[in-house]
Amino acid sequence: MPINYYIFTALALFSIGIIGVLTRRNAIIIFMCIELMLNAVNLLLVAFSKMQLEDMNRGILKIANNGTDAQLFVFFIMVVAAAEVTVGLAIIVMMYRNTHSVDVNFLNRLKN
Amino acid sequence: MNITHILFWILTLMALGSALMVITSKNPVYSVLFLIATFFAISGHYILLNAQFLAIVNLIVYAGAIMVLFLFVIMLMNLNAETEPQKNKWLKFAGTIAGGCLLLIMVAAIKDADAKSTIVLMKQGETGLIHNLGNVLFKDYVVPFEISSVLFLSAMVGAVVLGKKE
Amino acid sequence: MNNIIDYVWLVPLFPLVGFLLNGLLRNSLSKPLTGIIGSGSILASFVVSVLIFMQVKTGATGIVTLFDFISYDKTNIPFAFQVDQLSSLFLLIITGIGFLIHLYSTAYMHDETDMHFARYFAYLNLFVFSMLLLVLGANYVIMFIGWEGVGLCSYLLIGYWFKNIEYTSAAKKAFVMNRIGDLGFLLAVFWILSKLGTVTYSEVFEKVNLLSANDITIITLLLFVGATGKSAQIPLYTWLPDAMAGPTPVSALIHAATMVTAGIYMIARSNILYTMAPTTQAVVTIIGLATALFAATIALKQNDIKKVLAYSTVSQLGYMFLGLGVGAFTGAVFHVMTHAFFKALLFLGAGSVIHAMHHEQDIRNMGGLKKYLPITHITFLLGCLAIAGIPPFSGFFSKDEILAAAYAKNPILYVLGVAGALMTAFYMFRLYAMTFLGKFRGTHEQEHHLHESPAAMTIPLIVLAALSVVGGLVGIPEVLAHNAHALEEFLAPVFAKSTALAKPHEIPHSTELLMMGGVTALVLGIIAYAWGKFSKYEKSAEESAGFGKVLENKWYVDEIYEAVITKPVNAFGKLLAKVDKYGIDWVVNGVGRSVQYASRQVRLLQSGQVGNYVLLMVVGIIILFAIQIFLKK
Repeated sequence: MPINYYIFTALALFSIGIIGVLTRRNAIIIFMCIELMLNAVNLLLVAFSKMQLEDMNRGILKIANNGTDAQLFVFFIMVVAAAEVTVGLAIIVMMYRNTHSVDVNFLNRLKN
Repeated sequence: MNITHILFWILTLMALGSALMVITSKNPVYSVLFLIATFFAISGHYILLNAQFLAIVNLIVYAGAIMVLFLFVIMLMNLNAETEPQKNKWLKFAGTIAGGCLLLIMVAAIKDADAKSTIVLMKQGETGLIHNLGNVLFKDYVVPFEISSVLFLSAMVGAVVLGKKE
Repeated sequence: MNNIIDYVWLVPLFPLVGFLLNGLLRNSLSKPLTGIIGSGSILASFVVSVLIFMQVKTGATGIVTLFDFISYDKTNIPFAFQVDQLSSLFLLIITGIGFLIHLYSTAYMHDETDMHFARYFAYLNLFVFSMLLLVLGANYVIMFIGWEGVGLCSYLLIGYWFKNIEYTSAAKKAFVMNRIGDLGFLLAVFWILSKLGTVTYSEVFEKVNLLSANDITIITLLLFVGATGKSAQIPLYTWLPDAMAGPTPVSALIHAATMVTAGIYMIARSNILYTMAPTTQAVVTIIGLATALFAATIALKQNDIKKVLAYSTVSQLGYMFLGLGVGAFTGAVFHVMTHAFFKALLFLGAGSVIHAMHHEQDIRNMGGLKKYLPITHITFLLGCLAIAGIPPFSGFFSKDEILAAAYAKNPILYVLGVAGALMTAFYMFRLYAMTFLGKFRGTHEQEHHLHESPAAMTIPLIVLAALSVVGGLVGIPEVLAHNAHALEEFLAPVFAKSTALAKPHEIPHSTELLMMGGVTALVLGIIAYAWGKFSKYEKSAEESAGFGKVLENKWYVDEIYEAVITKPVNAFGKLLAKVDKYGIDWVVNGVGRSVQYASRQVRLLQSGQVGNYVLLMVVGIIILFAIQIFLKK
């Protein structure tokens, strides 16, 4: 598969995530859209990691374990996302406890 | 058009379709379920790219742990289609247009890239195997790996502190 | 101390320390202490200067480098002092006469409050310090520091009584006139630097042959512009008479020991450049002679005792420039020296008179002071004789040397010079007769209080009088005694190159003797006439008319300057002020107002709705991508 297909797939996923953030008011859905965007990036990274391998097979690049770095980045992104989700969900739970709503428009105190 | 290509298209359509459903469904529980479907599709892509380790981790961590956490919180709050807050439709429209524009402009920016026709290797290569990744992770990336454990610890503590009743 | 020259930095250091002590502690020092610090520091400098002079007399000279002042690329301007015959002579004049004036000031300024008394001495010390820097500097940049320093100090001292608005404007005038000259000096220094890459005297004079004739002419002319400012020559002379606003000892200091001699010193220092630029020499000659005559005519009709002396200074400075112009560098320096003696004497004498008369300066209200102020009278008379050029007083020798050189160049210069000298004799004895002879014309109260000045004032007078009488003996011309011109011999190394280049004309001894005798006889006649006419002067109400009135009003030069320069500049300034107020201010305020308005509007965007922020962010990203795409194409 040419790399373009993967790029456009990831872009589409990313844009869907952004549209979700822009159109929804539910904090949890927004949060999920962010996860969606992270996964779009992950997909792209994995695709790129395999693209490098093609060059190596043709003898242009001569590095062993080529592409493992990219996959490890994906791994770390997942690690960070997991940590982020725990804290984020804790914040949303607390917010729900105080306002009985998960509407982000209530959270406009940053204004002042 | 071999089997790999067919699988690619199926998985892509599935990912995009369920992603769209995530942001359009009224009921948050459905959103979560569609997101899990998206993650399954992405994991399928990983397998196609011979990145088995990431595919499994994605399923276990994302589709398993994280999404269950989401589902759990949603059910805890008893959110459903009726309680879902709605933006006014003009803002929704504007958001959709903006997102569409972003997609358009990024595609326009990238479509002429030099590497556009580089072939991505499917079903082969040892990069994504656990043996390989483990070697690099515990040799070159051992310090970030350890630091990420500290990050988890602090996230845990943070979650507990935030969730505690004052 | 094997070689005192290495310790030359002590000379300017003492006045600097005195300035700092008096200036910083002015609120806590008592008057006697202030006087001791002020005068003592100059005395210490004088002692060192004498030691240095003794050393230099044996033929030793040297350049003492203290540290690198400005250093870039290949150009290096060290902070260095040059000790040679010329600078050591000036050191003696400055510190010696400076000390006498300091001593005199302790008595003259005694009525001031402690704080202002200390301020006065601090300025005085700074003045001397700047002047020492000026003459000691081994390059034009160090000279320029001193050059600016004396300008600043003259401003501070002329405006010493700053509560009087007229005095402060006189100070401003002095400062502005000096600045005009300084600009010329600065340009000359830059010119030298750009052409030769060095401003150190020795190197400049060495490389002088590398300069084209045009360059030399321009440099010397620019330097001369600087000199006209400092040394009060046409057209920048008007500040000097106004400088009388300062305390009288300050006038003495400015006119005799420091400041006005700076221009002479600078040209004498750069004598090689001038010798190689005949055009400039001609300009210097003409300006010098014109100033000498012009100022002398003004002095004829002045009634303020200090104004007469001021114009006489301008006139005498004109003679010095005449000397420089015709190549008689030794004569000019000689005249600087003798003039320093008798002009300091005359000013301090005038100060003594003013002190006795309770700040009355109009000679029409004086007269008959002979019996009240015996010491002042005698010394003042000696000073008048010296400046009038009666042999064997000092003024005779120096002026004669300049005039002889002028004759050698062109007899017309000589005739005009003699005319000026006759006028000098006339106005000096008019001044003398109206002040000291006849009967007293002031009020009874003033007459009651008339008294001789205290010792601190009379001692400097006596010392200066003695110097005025015998000072000329160091420069007896060849005609009168063989090989007796000690000064010329002493200064010969400084002017050696110029002398070799110029080959001064010799005039027959008989002619010179005849001229001397003739001039002396004429001067004596003029003195007798003035003496007779003004000793019986009666106050009359009638105003002088015609030409006399023009002279009394100083040829209306101040008024002409006012009309031709000051008024248009003021009008232009007012126009610019309007442009500033309605044009530039409007734009500046407009920018401020529009920013305020815009920020009030932009503030509304900060709604606190995170969704809006995200939307804006996305729009921003879209715009950036779009720009990137379109710029690529």
